[in-house]
Amino acid sequence: MSIRLENVSFRYLEDTPMETEALLDVTLEIADGEFVGIIGPTGSGKSTLIQHFNGLLLPSSGKVWVDGVDLTHKDTQLRQIRQKVGMVFQYPEHQLFGETVLEDVGFGPRNMGLAEEEVVERVRRALAYVGLDFAELKDQSPFELSGGQKRRVAIAGVLAMEPSVLILDEPTAGLDPKGREEILDEICTLHRERGITVILVTHSMEDVARLVDRLIVMDRGRVALDGTPVEVFRQAETLKELGLGLPQVTELMHELKAKGMAVDTDVLTVEAAEEEIVKALGGQR
Amino acid sequence: MRFRNLTIGQHIPGNSVVHRLDPRTKILGTTLLIVLLFAVNGFIGYGLVALAIAGVIHLAKLPWRYVIRGLRPLLVILLLTVGLNVFLTEGEVIFRLWFLTITREGLARGGMMGTRLVLLIVGTSLLTLTTSPIQLTDGIESLLNPFRRLGVPAHELAMMMTIALRFIPTLLEETEKIMKAQMARGADFQSGGLMQRAKSLIPLLVPLFVSAFRRADELAIAMEARGYRGGQGRTKFRELRFGRIDAVAIALLVTFTVVVGVFF
Ligand SMILES: Nc1ncnc2c1ncn2[C@@H]1O[C@H](COP(=O)(O)OP(=O)(O)O)[C@@H](O)[C@H]1O
Ligand SMILES: [Mg+2]
Repeated sequence: MSIRLENVSFRYLEDTPMETEALLDVTLEIADGEFVGIIGPTGSGKSTLIQHFNGLLLPSSGKVWVDGVDLTHKDTQLRQIRQKVGMVFQYPEHQLFGETVLEDVGFGPRNMGLAEEEVVERVRRALAYVGLDFAELKDQSPFELSGGQKRRVAIAGVLAMEPSVLILDEPTAGLDPKGREEILDEICTLHRERGITVILVTHSMEDVARLVDRLIVMDRGRVALDGTPVEVFRQAETLKELGLGLPQVTELMHELKAKGMAVDTDVLTVEAAEEEIVKALGGQR
Repeated sequence: MRFRNLTIGQHIPGNSVVHRLDPRTKILGTTLLIVLLFAVNGFIGYGLVALAIAGVIHLAKLPWRYVIRGLRPLLVILLLTVGLNVFLTEGEVIFRLWFLTITREGLARGGMMGTRLVLLIVGTSLLTLTTSPIQLTDGIESLLNPFRRLGVPAHELAMMMTIALRFIPTLLEETEKIMKAQMARGADFQSGGLMQRAKSLIPLLVPLFVSAFRRADELAIAMEARGYRGGQGRTKFRELRFGRIDAVAIALLVTFTVVVGVFF
């Protein structure tokens, strides 16, 4: 499923004194099966942008197509689009409401009108994707789980609709390092094994460097940079101006180079950095 | 979202004369307006009040369209009031269609009630539009203070109002966020019968209450952490100051109210 935005602008509270321009003439296309990262300073329009991908917000001007369907057309069934484009909001555990985990995670599939057995089966699969045990948790109250578990249950609630595009708005915010790592790994697995398109909004340069194929940088409602992580992180100056940094290893390579070491700065992982440094030192460890 | 249109309770920051008036002056002015609207009986009087309100809107440099739009959420009540008065008042019949009759008296009364309501809504919305919630509650606290001896907990009431006002936008924002999140999971808040719709609110209301309680808890802890112990001996960063423009404004308001109230 591809998503295409053409000259999309969006204003909050249009025609009031508090009007804010949140998106300005954004044109972009996300192809089927891509793993896209979106970064940008706070207030740059990331959350607004992703809500256009499933019709939760419709552009003030411009067009959005999902899978060839024009979302701005008045006859478009947005509910069907939202089943195909799953969206995990920031702090998704704040939207938990069910008496049991089964009820909560099954909310999406039930709204799709699936039979109860199919709903249960989907809840089982969705919980497995986020590393939770169905038999152990299904009858528990989601409110009694730990913070990390709540987050997973909430993510499972979206996965249970089995969307072909998964959008996550800062899914690891406020988690401990181990929890972050695990959730990101699970998302990565979903992308690899099920081939779903993943769009990840994040503040962590390390995460995007490690995971995504393509990186979109937002700045004051516009797309500032768009390319592979290597391409984007070459624009160190632009990123600095926006108040964004580089991944730590990339930063290190830049500094080594500035100190006169002959290393390649297009490095995004610790392993690649190690190799580069060893090479620059003449091969001896 | 619908409640976004409600201008009552909204505040537009500014630096006009009206904005700078002491909140107590503005509260008094609003009270006078309400009294006046019930004392006046006749279109000349209403015309004068409308002119006065227009003058205040102009002085406050408020966007006209925005102020008028505040009427929209109350349109149903407005139409109902006017309609009932026009059709149900007995008197000299001037128009008859099937079972509907319009009388001269009905038209006059409907027009009067409609004007009164419009002026009331627009006029009272000016208070909050030009006064920040903090100033407003400071004003109310100060006006209630003399009644403390009678057991009115002035400070506590004001603090409760401050907190309530402060959290209205937060709760609206939260409502919108949770609605969106559940809509992303296929929730439908619009269709179905009454029972169906009431049930569809559960996924919205449960998280909303959970977060409201969490917020209340956090706020209480934060307040205690900063040494809040109620109103006793508490001083203010922003002292209310009753100045020359307030004296002038009150003189004008009282004169206007008396003249218009007595003669029209
Ligand atoms: N519900 C809203 N109402 C009004 N303005 C909003 C709302 N949500 C976001 N904004 C404004 O839109 C701009 C972009 O916000 P957002 O998309 O949330 O940015 P980001 O997710 O990158 O931090 C900001 O200026 C923000 O203040
Ligand atoms: Mg955001």
